Amino acid sequence: MPEKSVYSANADLAPIIATSRVRVAEAAPLIRFSLRGGEAAASHAGTAVGVSLPLEPLTSIATDKVAAFWLGPDEWNLVIQDDDARAMFERVETALADTPHSLVDVSDRNRALIISGRKAAWLLNSQVFLDFDEASFPVGMVTRTLFGKAEIMLWRQAEDTFVIEAWRSFMPYVIELLQEASRELEAA
Amino acid sequence: MLLISCPYCGVERPEIEFRHAGEAHIARPAEPSKLTDEEWAEYLYMRTNPKGLMAERWRHTHGCGRFFNAIRDTVSDKFVTVYKMGEAKPDLDQLLVEAAQ
Amino acid sequence: MTHEFRTSAGGRIDRSSPVEFTFDGKSYQGFAGDTLASALLANGVHLVGRSYKYHRPRGIVTAGSEEPNALVGIAREKGQNTPNLRAPQVEIYQGLNAESQNRFPSLSFDIGAVNDLLSPLFVAGFYYKTFMWPRSFWQRVYEPFIRSAAGLGKAPTDPDKDRYANYYAHCDVLVIGSGPAGLAAANAAAQSGARVILCDEQAELGGSLLHDATSMIDGKSAADWASETIKALSENDRVTLLPRTTGFGYYAQNFVALAERVTDHLANPDQSLPRERLWQVRAKEVVIATGAIERPLVFPENDRPGVMMAEAGRIYLNRYGAMAGKRVVIATACDTAYRTAVDLKAAGVDVAVIADLRPEPVGVHVDAARSAGIRVEGACVVTGTKGRLRVKSARLGRIRPDGSVTVMGEEACDSLLMSGGWTPNVSLYSQSRGKVVWDEEAGAYLPGPSVQHERSAGSCHGVYGLHAVLEDGYRAGESAARAVSSAAKRPETPSVSGGEAGAGGTLGALPHDRDPSRVRAFIDFQNDVTAKDVKLAVREGFHSIEHIKRYTTTGMATDQGRLSNMNALSVASKSLEKPIPQVGLTTFRQPYTPVTFGTFATTARGEAFDPVRRTPMHDWAVEKGAEFEDVSLWKRAWYFPRPGESMHEAVARECATVRESVGIFDASTLGKIEVVGPDAAEFLNRVYTNPFLKLGVGRLRYGIMLSEAGFIMDDGVVGRIAEDRFHVTTTTGGAPRVLAHLEDYLQTEWPDLNVWLTSTTEQWAVIAVQGPRARDVIAPLVEGIDLSTESMPHMSVREGRICGVPTRLFRMSFTGEAGYEINVPASRGREVWDAVWKNVEAAGGAPYGTETMHVLRAEKGYIIVGQETDGTVVPNDVGMDWAVGKKKADFIGIRSLTRPDIVAAGRKQLVGVLTKDPKVILEEGAQITAEASPALKTPALGHVTSSYYSSALGRSMALAMIADGRDRIGDTIYVPTAEGVVVVEIVSPVFYDAEGGKLVA
Ligand SMILES: [Zn+2]
Repeated sequence: MPEKSVYSANADLAPIIATSRVRVAEAAPLIRFSLRGGEAAASHAGTAVGVSLPLEPLTSIATDKVAAFWLGPDEWNLVIQDDDARAMFERVETALADTPHSLVDVSDRNRALIISGRKAAWLLNSQVFLDFDEASFPVGMVTRTLFGKAEIMLWRQAEDTFVIEAWRSFMPYVIELLQEASRELEAA
Repeated sequence: MLLISCPYCGVERPEIEFRHAGEAHIARPAEPSKLTDEEWAEYLYMRTNPKGLMAERWRHTHGCGRFFNAIRDTVSDKFVTVYKMGEAKPDLDQLLVEAAQ
Repeated sequence: MTHEFRTSAGGRIDRSSPVEFTFDGKSYQGFAGDTLASALLANGVHLVGRSYKYHRPRGIVTAGSEEPNALVGIAREKGQNTPNLRAPQVEIYQGLNAESQNRFPSLSFDIGAVNDLLSPLFVAGFYYKTFMWPRSFWQRVYEPFIRSAAGLGKAPTDPDKDRYANYYAHCDVLVIGSGPAGLAAANAAAQSGARVILCDEQAELGGSLLHDATSMIDGKSAADWASETIKALSENDRVTLLPRTTGFGYYAQNFVALAERVTDHLANPDQSLPRERLWQVRAKEVVIATGAIERPLVFPENDRPGVMMAEAGRIYLNRYGAMAGKRVVIATACDTAYRTAVDLKAAGVDVAVIADLRPEPVGVHVDAARSAGIRVEGACVVTGTKGRLRVKSARLGRIRPDGSVTVMGEEACDSLLMSGGWTPNVSLYSQSRGKVVWDEEAGAYLPGPSVQHERSAGSCHGVYGLHAVLEDGYRAGESAARAVSSAAKRPETPSVSGGEAGAGGTLGALPHDRDPSRVRAFIDFQNDVTAKDVKLAVREGFHSIEHIKRYTTTGMATDQGRLSNMNALSVASKSLEKPIPQVGLTTFRQPYTPVTFGTFATTARGEAFDPVRRTPMHDWAVEKGAEFEDVSLWKRAWYFPRPGESMHEAVARECATVRESVGIFDASTLGKIEVVGPDAAEFLNRVYTNPFLKLGVGRLRYGIMLSEAGFIMDDGVVGRIAEDRFHVTTTTGGAPRVLAHLEDYLQTEWPDLNVWLTSTTEQWAVIAVQGPRARDVIAPLVEGIDLSTESMPHMSVREGRICGVPTRLFRMSFTGEAGYEINVPASRGREVWDAVWKNVEAAGGAPYGTETMHVLRAEKGYIIVGQETDGTVVPNDVGMDWAVGKKKADFIGIRSLTRPDIVAAGRKQLVGVLTKDPKVILEEGAQITAEASPALKTPALGHVTSSYYSSALGRSMALAMIADGRDRIGDTIYVPTAEGVVVVEIVSPVFYDAEGGKLVA
C-alpha cells in the first residue's frame, strides 16, 4: 500500500490474490454510513466526522481514519475507522438534528477489497468497462458502476491502488472473477 | 452498447448502467380520484411514441441513482441531449434545427 | 513426398523447426510458422474439403479468413471439436490433428458426391423446392437428412473445457488491419501521442508487406520495414499490438469487438492462459485498414482443387515457401496476377501461360512478366478444367471481338491461379452503419460518408499501390489522432520502389464456348452456388439482392460473401438488366468471421454466469444437509431432509414441528429498505394502500403496494423505528423492483418530500423463530426487551440486544404461530443463529425451509405475491380490502381501484379448495371448470395457485383464484387433469386458526 488509508487489509485473512504484479486483499471491518440529504446535511455531517464532504460529482475526500465518497447529488458513503459505531452514529445524528437528512448504518451491508499493484487497472478491466487512464479516472475518483453483473462502488485510492465495495452476497462473485482473470498473470 | 451521458455525474457511461423509465413529462395528476375513467386511462396508458425526437426518462441505476430526462432520436437511437429532473423540456424544433447544422 | 512443393529457401517459416501434424489421420511435416494450408500445399495437398451441397472435391482457394473450402475441425480432446476453422488461419503445432469436413467416408471417396450427379435437383432454392411437402416429413425425414448431409462441421459434444477471458479497453485510435495502411496509420497516431490499439487477424503483423518480395521501402525490403515499424510501436507503452485478433463487430459509438486467439496456435498451452479473449474496445477514433480481397474468376469447373487465387499463390510462395504447383497456369483480368507469375518463375516454377481476358495487356507488371520470359496471351479465357481430385489441365479459349469464344487448346498444369481483380473490404465500414457507394471507375463499392468516428485507409477504400497506400495510412492515422488531440503529426512518407498499383479486373461470369446446360461455374464455393443458380433465381422472380441471397444462399458463407458477392451481384445485374448500383449490395453484419460461443460468453458461465447470493447462515444449512432452491439470485434453504426422508416427509415434519413447538428459518433474503426523513410517514402513506401516518413507534404493519394500474406489486411488513425512521421489508424477488418504484415516485413525482431510501437488505441477517415455544427459545438470549405480550404484542418491534448483538426484534408471523424475526447485523448473523439454534434444538424444534414456510402460510390463507397474484390482481380479489385505507385521499393505484372492470362482478377471487379425495394434491396452475367435462372452448372458472399436503389438516389443501369465488363457497367444481377429473369443493382460504388466537398468545 503506497499510503495510509482508512482501508487496511484484514490481517486475519490470507490475501485473495498475491502476485508480483497485483495483489487483492479483503479490507478490515469498517463503519459505513449512508448519508442522504442536501448540502447543509453534508456540511454538518462533515464537521461531525472530521472531513468536509465532497460536493463535486464522483470525488472523494479521505484521511487515514475517514473517507467520504460522493455517490449521488444527495448521497454520500462515509467510511470510518472507529471502534464504536453506535457512538459515531449518535454523534453524526446529533450534528444533523435540525437538518432534514437520512443517516443509515450500513457497516455490514458491504465488504471491501483492496486491489493494488502495477496490473490493478488491468485486472479490473476484465469486468469493469471504465477507462482507467489517469485523465479519465484520476486518483480520488469514486463511482458506483458494474463489475460484470454485480454493482460495486469503485474508488481509486492511489495510482495503482483501487478499492471495491460490494454488497456482501455479491462479493464471492467479484472475488471469483478477479481470481479467474488473474490466473494468466501466473503464466510464463 | 450506447453511451449515455448522466447530467448529475457529468460523465458518459455505457447504457447497462442505466434503465429506461418511459416517456418524460407525464405528471401524475394531483388528485387522481377527481379524474374520469377516460382521463385516468389517458394518464396511465397513452403515450406519444413518435418517430424522431422523444423526451424520455432514464435512471442512472448503477451510478448516482438519479432519474433524469433525455431527448433521444427514436430513428437513429442517438441521444440529442440530457437534462435534470425538474428542468424544462427543450424546444424539440429548436433541437432539430441545431442538429441539422 | 515431404516438402515436395517447398521452395529451397526463403519465407517466414523456420526451416530448422520441423512440426509434425496430421490431416484426416495422415501424418505430414511442416515448419514452425506454417499455417495448416501452407503446410499442406508444401506437401502437395490441395484437396481439403467437400462442398456443402454437391460434395464436390474442393481445394485451398485463398490464404486468408475468406477461405471458402478449406474448413477443418480441430479437437485437442475428444468431445472438444472446434468446427469450421479456416485452414489458412490455423497455425500448425507439434501434434496438431485436423479433420476435413463434409465428407463420408473419406475425402477422396465421398458417397454424398452422388448429389453432384443429381445436381438438377439441387438448383437455387432447393430447400424450398425439395423439402416442402408433406409437412409431416419435416421432422422425421427432411431435417435429419439436411443435418447429416449438409451440416458444416461437427459440433462439440462435451461442455467446453477451455477458459475465455474478457477485457474492456479504451483507446484514442483503434487501427484494424496491420498491412501497409494500418501500420502507417498506427505509426502516425502513435507518434502523435495517441493511445493506439493495432489488431490484425493474422498471426504476424504486417499484412501484404510480409509477402512482397520485390518492393523496397526506405531502401529496405518491405518485410524488414514492417519489422522495424512494428518494433518501434511495440516499444511505445501507449500502443497495444494485437496479432491473432479479429475485429469482428463494429457497433454504435465506436464500440468495437475483437476476438483474440490466445492459445490455439500453441502445442502445449499454459493452463493459466485463456483460450480466447473478447476485447470490448471503446475507441475515440477508428482506422479501418482491412485491405481488399481478390475476386475469383467465374469460369466452368473453377472449383477444381488446385484452382486458387493468384495473390494466395504469391503469399504461399513468398511468406511460407510453399508452391501452389510446379506447372502453373495464370488466368487473370488484372495486373496484380503478373506479380505472382514473376515471383513463381523466379522460384523455379514453370509458368505455362498468363491467360489475360484483356485484349492487349500492358504496363509495368506485364512488362516484368514478359521480360522474365513468361508467355502472355491477351483476349484469352479459361473455359474449363480437367482432373479428378486436382486440376490436370486448363482449357483455354480466345475471345473474339464480338464476344464469342473459340477453342485455343489445353494447357497442362497442376495449379491454376486466378485473379478477377480486387474488391475493397468494406465489411467493417458497412457494420458501422455507413452506406457504401458504387464507384464506376473503380468498379467497386467504396465506403461513403462516415457515420461514426472512423476512416478507411488503403485498399479497403480503393487506394492501391504501395506508396499511395502508405501515404493514405499516414493521412488516416494523423487525422484520427488530430480528432483526439491537436498534437497530431504525419510522418514523412518513406520512399518506395516497386509495389505499383495494378490495373484491371472483371465481374461476373466469363464467356465460354461450352454447352451452358452441362457446365457449372461457381460463384460461391462454400454454398455451391453457380452463376446459373443466380440467373434462375432472377427468372423465378427474385429481384432484390437480399432475396436472391437468401433464395440461392450465395454470400451466406463463413466469410459473409466477401469472396463471392460482387460476382453474384454482377450476374444478377446482367439478368435483371439493371446497373449494379440499382441492384444494391447486401448488408454486412457482425461478426466479420465466425466467433466461438466461448468468446461471447467469456466468464459468464457455470457458477459465474450470474452472481449467486448466499446468506450469512448458508453454510450452516449446507452442513445440516438442506436442499436449496433459487429465488431470484439467492440460494434459499428449501427443506432440511433427515437421512432417508423424502421431501414430502421432511416438509410434513417441519410443518408439524413449527405448529407444535418451534422452528427456525433464515429470512435474510427478504428485501429491506430504511425509509428515513421528516416526511417518511407521509411518503409511505402514499405508496401503500394502508394508512401509515398514525402507525406508532415500535409498531409493525403489513402493507400492500400497488402499481398505478391498481394491481398488487409487492407486500411486506413495515416497522416504525422512530418518528422519522421506518424499516420496510419486501419480498425476496421484489426488492430491487420495489426500491426502483419508490425512487421513481420520490424523485419524479414528489421531490418536495424530505425522505430518503436506503437498501439495508444485506445489512441485516434475519432469523425467524416461529411456533408456540418461540418466546421461550429466544428469551434467555435477549437483553433490554420485555418480551411479554403485554409489553411486546403481536406486530411490534423493539430494539435491544440478543447474544450481546444489537438487534431489531420484530414480533410477527408468516406462519400463523406466534413468532419473531430477529434482525442482527449480517456479520453477526451466524453467531446469533448458532445460539438461537442451540435453544431451538433443546426445545425439540427444527430448522425449516421455504417449502414449509409456503405450506404454513397457505394454511393461513396468506398470499405470496407472484403466486396468488399475477400482475392482474387487486387487493379485493385476494380478500384484502381490509388493507386498503378507506379514508385515504390518495395512494399509488387508488384511482384504478374504481375502474369499471375492477368493480365489475365476475373477477377471480381467492378461495380455498379441498379435493373430495383428501389424498389428491392438485397441480399448481391447474384450470378449474364448473362442469366435470365441459364442452370445448368453455372458459375456465379459474386456476389453482398454491397446493400442498397439510400436516395440520391431515389432508391436501389448495388456494385458487376463481371467478366470483367468495360467492361460490360450498360449491362443488372440477379440475380436469390428465389422469381424470378431480372433484373439489370451494371453501374459505383460511384453513388454520381462523380466529388468529395463536398469533397473539
Ligand atoms: Zn449519474
